[in-house]
Amino acid sequence: MSQQIAAQAMWIAIIGTSAIAFALKYLGHSIPERFVTNPRALRINTLIPIALLSALVGVQTITDTGKWIVDQRLAGVAVALIALALKAPYFVVVISAAVTSAILYRFI
Amino acid sequence: MSRVLRTTATQSLSVSFTVGLYGTAFGAAGIAAGFSIVQVCLLSLLTFSGASQFAVVGVIGAGGSAISAITTASLLGIRNGLYGLRMAPILQLRGIKKVIAAQVTIDESTGVAIGQEEHGLDAMKHGFWLTGFGVYIFWNLFTLLGALGAQAMGNPSAWGLDAAVPAAFLGLVWPRLLGRFERALAVSAITLAILLSPLISAGLPIIATTLLAVLFGWKARS
Repeated sequence: MSQQIAAQAMWIAIIGTSAIAFALKYLGHSIPERFVTNPRALRINTLIPIALLSALVGVQTITDTGKWIVDQRLAGVAVALIALALKAPYFVVVISAAVTSAILYRFI
Repeated sequence: MSRVLRTTATQSLSVSFTVGLYGTAFGAAGIAAGFSIVQVCLLSLLTFSGASQFAVVGVIGAGGSAISAITTASLLGIRNGLYGLRMAPILQLRGIKKVIAAQVTIDESTGVAIGQEEHGLDAMKHGFWLTGFGVYIFWNLFTLLGALGAQAMGNPSAWGLDAAVPAAFLGLVWPRLLGRFERALAVSAITLAILLSPLISAGLPIIATTLLAVLFGWKARS
């Protein structure tokens, strides 16, 4: 992907995401609550973020541009997992992962 | 409106500040993914929904298309619409106030508002507005600081800090993994996305896991 196309994709993504994000919020404020009561749809809606965020964890940890690659990121995420299990605050989780991967990247 | 209760104000402020701090992680992740400071700040100002913003920089950073990024971020943003549905009868707004309320309708403002239920309708409104504005201010401030910090380091990817992005997603999904059912869905989604990655273009493996959410939600006993 050339730099120009990448830059264009970024702007389209920023504007498109922002417009839809606002439209979804505003729509919620505008339609009567009784229209959306299907328990199955509500349950699926709470599960969608779990699926998408988990998928992002997997893809960002061991793939790089469509290839499986095991590198310092896996160690960083493993440390993040331990931090979460120990009930560390969000900030500590992210920083510990970043520091772990940076150290491995530098010395291995 | 009546006076703001001390407990509502304290809760709103502490939630706003704590959540706002995460903005630093987003600002830095955005720069690491190749976005400019202006672009990262615009995402926080305009999109203003943490998980969706992380999804945009995550998908684009991994070489995904704009459409993939928008789709993933929008699927994550559906829940804000449901929060709006919940808040509208409580806030009873029209015109520009409704527009502003919609923009600050997120996990935290809705959560604090609903948490004030025992203190009455006014406390719920106060909780919504204080937390909505509070998170907005701190989130955008810390996004800028995170972006400036990452920029000052030069090229962040040369430092090997790239585990920060998946760790940020892990931290977002962790509180949602309440039981065995949710954990099974998470593990299935990770597996499916990784398996699909070499086969279909970047971004699509992530969107494909929505099907797993539908499947799990369809079968689940309430």
